[in-house]
Formats: sequence, C-alpha cells, structure tokens
Amino acid sequence: MNTLAALRSAWRALAANTLRSILTMLGIIIGVAAVITMIAIGKGATDRVKEQMKGLGSNIMLVFPGTITQGGARLGAQTGQSLTEDDALAISLEVPEVQVAAPVSRTAAQVVSGNANWSTSIFGTSNDYLEARDWALASGRLFEAAETAGSAKVAIIGQTTARELFGDADPLDQVIRIKKVPVTIVGLLDKKGQNANGQDQDDVVMVPISTYRNRIQGGSGGKARRIGSITVKVKEGQSMKVAEDNIKDLLRQRFKIQPNADDSFTIRNLTEILQAQEASSQVMTLLLAVVAGISLVIGGIGIMNIMLVSVTERTREIGLRMAVGARGRDILAQFLIEAVTLSLIGGAIGVVLGAIATWAVGHFAGWQVSMTASSILLAAGFSGFVGVFFGFYPARRASRLLPIQALRYE
Amino acid sequence: MADPSMLIAARDLTKVYTMGDQTVHALSGVTLNIAEGEFVAIMGASGSGKSTLMNILGCLDLPSAGHYALAGESVESMSSDQLASIRNRRIGFVFQQFNLLPRTSALENVELPMVYAGVAAVARRERAMAALQQVGLGERHSHTPSELSGGQQQRVAIARALVNQPQLILADEPTGALDTQTSEDIMRLLTELNRAGMTVVLVTHESDIAAWARRKIVFRDGLMLQDVAQPSASTSVSPAAMEPAR
Repeated sequence: MNTLAALRSAWRALAANTLRSILTMLGIIIGVAAVITMIAIGKGATDRVKEQMKGLGSNIMLVFPGTITQGGARLGAQTGQSLTEDDALAISLEVPEVQVAAPVSRTAAQVVSGNANWSTSIFGTSNDYLEARDWALASGRLFEAAETAGSAKVAIIGQTTARELFGDADPLDQVIRIKKVPVTIVGLLDKKGQNANGQDQDDVVMVPISTYRNRIQGGSGGKARRIGSITVKVKEGQSMKVAEDNIKDLLRQRFKIQPNADDSFTIRNLTEILQAQEASSQVMTLLLAVVAGISLVIGGIGIMNIMLVSVTERTREIGLRMAVGARGRDILAQFLIEAVTLSLIGGAIGVVLGAIATWAVGHFAGWQVSMTASSILLAAGFSGFVGVFFGFYPARRASRLLPIQALRYE
Repeated sequence: MADPSMLIAARDLTKVYTMGDQTVHALSGVTLNIAEGEFVAIMGASGSGKSTLMNILGCLDLPSAGHYALAGESVESMSSDQLASIRNRRIGFVFQQFNLLPRTSALENVELPMVYAGVAAVARRERAMAALQQVGLGERHSHTPSELSGGQQQRVAIARALVNQPQLILADEPTGALDTQTSEDIMRLLTELNRAGMTVVLVTHESDIAAWARRKIVFRDGLMLQDVAQPSASTSVSPAAMEPAR
C-alpha cells in the first residue's frame, strides 16, 4: 500500500475525531514538552556550574582562618588563629602537590580617578593569585617581584572597575587613589564574569600584598602580616584530597594544634563543591528525564487505547479494505502509520510547547537554560518510537481480523 | 479437476461451522459452474447457505472441503495474502450497505482497490474517474458518501467494484437497502455491465430482483434446490447450465 494514501487516510481518521485525537495526544504533548524543558533546564544548570568551574580555575582550594570558641559560643569563621603571608609561603614551599599558594586580603574601598569615583573590592595579593585563578591580563603587565615585596604603588584592575573609572579610555599608566593612596595602573585583567554567588568578579582592584599591608590596611604592626585567606592551586594530575591533607598537617604543625583539638582554620575545596553541584544537577536532569519518560509511556498507553477503540469502530472498514484486496500487512501499516502520525504530531506540539516553556523559565524565572537540537531529536525519536511500540498491538489486531467477520461486524 | 473453461468451477463445496458443541452444515456438497459472461441470481431464505457460498466464491472464506477454482486457479490452498490478491484482481464486490469509506470522496473510494493493486496515483485518478463516469456519477466525484443518495452510493460502490477490471462482480443483496425505483436503476446498471461481458453473481431473497438474472439458483439447507435458466426482460434465454458448456 502506498504510503501517501495511508497518510491521507490516517489524517482523515484523526481529523474525524479531532477532540479525541487531541486528548489522546495530550499525554505525548506533555511528555515531550517536559522532556524538552527538563533537559534544557538541566543542561543550563550543568553549563552554569561548568562556567563557574572555568571561572574559578581548576583544582582550587581556599584556606580560611578558623573559628574560636569563647564562653561556649563559636564565634564564626575567621575569628580564630590568623593566617599570615608566611603560611601561604610555607604551603607553596612544603606541600609538593601545590602549584601556587597565594595570600589574599581584601577590603571594600572607594577608588577615585579625577572626578570619577567607584566603590570596589581591593585585593592585596600576588601574581600567584592570578595564576591560581587562570586569570589572564587583557593588557599591561603583572607585578614585578620588587613591587610585590616593596610595597610599590601599582595596581592591576578588573574590566568593570576600568569601565566605571575610565569609560572607554585606556586605564594603563593612569593613577587612581585608594583611600588617598595614589597607585599607578600597570595591568588590566581579562573579563571573568559573575562568580557562583552572582558577584561581578571584574569589579576589583588588585595591589601587591605588601602595598595592601603597609599602605591601605593600616592597623597595628603585630597584626600586620595577617591575611584573609590563601588561594591554593593544586598541580594538574595531583589528588586534591592528598593536597588537602598535607596542607592540613602542615598548618596544624605550624599552629601547634594538639592532636585531639579542632583545626583553627578551614580548608574549602571549591572544585569539589562545584563537582558535587554538577553531579547533583546531572542526577536531577536524569530524574526529570525519567519522569518525562514515564509520562511519554503513559501517553503511549493512551495512544494504544484509542487505537484499539479505533480498530473496533472501523472493523467494517477493515473488512471492506480486505475485500478489495488489502493484505494483513497493508492493514497493519495503515494503523501503524495512524498511531505514529498521532504520536509525532503530539511530539511536534510538545516540542513547540517545550520550547515556549524553556523560554519562559529562562526569561521569567531567570534560570540559565540551554535547549539543544539533540534534545529535540531525542523527543521526536522517542515519540515516534512510542507510536510504533504502542500502535503495534492494535494494528496487528486489525491486520488479523478475518474479512468475513469484519464485513459482517455490527 | 476444475473445468478451465468455466470462470467459477466449484465441486462438492462443504462448509461446517462449529458453534459450541454444535456443528452447523452451512454447505453440504455444492457443485456449481458459472461460465464467463453469465448473470446468475442465487436465492434462498436466510440460513440456506447462500451467503456462505457467496463468501467462498468471493475468496473471503475457504471451504471446509471440496474444490473451488476461479478462472482456473485453485483457491482452497491459498494463503490469506494470495486470496487478497485474487480478490483485488479478479473480483468486484457490491454490498447491501454499500460499505463506502465515510468522509472520503467518491473518487477516493473508487481508487481504493487500485491503492492495494499498486497503481500509480495519476493512473488511479484517471481510471477512477472513468469508472464513475461509467456509472453516471462523473460530476459527483468529489462528494462524500453522506452527500450522496443511497442509489448514488451504490453506484459509487459498483464503480469501485469495476475499477480494477475484474472478471466477476459479486453483489450481495445490492438492492436490500434501496427503494423499488432505485433498485430498478441499480439492476439496470448491473444488466448493462453483464451485457458488456461482465460476469455477475447476485445474491438476493427477492424474486423480482432475481428475475433480472438469466440464471437462477435456489438454495435451501446448504444444498442447491433448483438451477434454472430464465428469460430476462431484455435477452433471450442463456444456455447456462449446470453441466459444462458445449
């Protein structure tokens, strides 16, 4: 039997019961729309985590001062034994897995250039920090060793700060004042975008740690070498876990912590956290895909049901077709094509609805979504498969009718 | 052996149905020959076996025992696909309830047998149009069955029966759902087809319809009771007989 004629007859049969056909397709429509939307959301979440990991740099660990307990109350992070620049140096020298360990201190401050001023984050750190974060320069240069050690009045600034202070003008060699300290801009960082918390990482001014310590931070000499945190990058191919343990042992030793006492510092393995996030978003995607798959199966059962009804209703038609020369396989093909048409139309509507839902989620809820051609192909393939799978039994039943009984069916 | 000169050569046809623990002999040994070009009416009360015979002659059903050859081809050992092909090529069916596809134009209804014969779309259209013109419905080709009268629907059904140029038209109570005037029109159409050389076998229980045929076979209780040639309104008595011709 000719496919075009079968398609036309399928279309006619479906159009004859428009409402029934639409209701039957509903399961597939919802299933496919769900598959498309869920995959887009899941993919968006995974992409986002991946971007964050890329933004963070790979194999990153943060070391923070820990908590102290005073009068039975734990006072929160960074109240404990201070980390110093020397701890950072010790980590980079004594832990073999570590590529770099950069001391970081930060504060918020007003930055002024001419009549422009801008409140931003001031980082006191070293070139190692940029290496750890895989953060390249857009123009200019890094700090020189003498500058890092000698409290030089130089700065490297982020894209956002540059734009706010200088507009489109070249910020290099311009002088800005941080808390009245004039510093010369020697480098402009590449754009980094938002971090995991939605903060603009490009809104930053970096100065050498010594400059920060001696010229910006102020405060008493005893606390002078205190730093906010240490950013550690572990060498490629080295175990994060081993590195973490080694850093912990080293710091416990340096801080002379008793074997059964708590750490006075905190190590946060950011890469691990993000990897866990990625894994959980993948599990989420999988779960949602399973749910969507179940609704596709239910949609398929709906199709099977309605095709069985259709076969019964059209028994005389089947008998007639057999009388004028249709073979069993012609009847099988006809009803199979009808079921697949039903599920594919449902699938197409589902793709459109899924795309709209994906857009709506991205637009109104502000979630990152990513709709891919492969998810559309998957949904289309799945709905076609559902049509064949659940249409086969009714179609086979139709094809096995005996012509005389079918013709006489009331 | 089947007589090759006969279009229909049936010998000792038996059909037994088992209904629960009861066996029903719908046909108990029927021997029947019909030559090409004959116009035969099969009569009988319901349950006489005439419908069973019709199903077997139409290759819709196989006999329990006996031999049946249509145009020299033995049918009883054929597979259902082969039977479908025989029905498609050699037989045109006309039913009491017309059995047209609903919501489908007259033209497409007539095209249906050619769809299964694998005729290309353009040729299908042309031949279906010609068949509709032959039954006088050329200008109604785009009407669906619900837009046609009973008589017109039956004409579409006859066009459908004709379109694959079969050797035999089997009409099962073709006027059963029609009024007297329309019945007469349909019978006139069948007679015209017969006069043009088509073999027509008609099943009816109305004797005035059977009177159009040139040969009348009466069934009762699964057996042939009577097989007579009869003068038809327009032709002389045909030489059709139970014995092989000549």
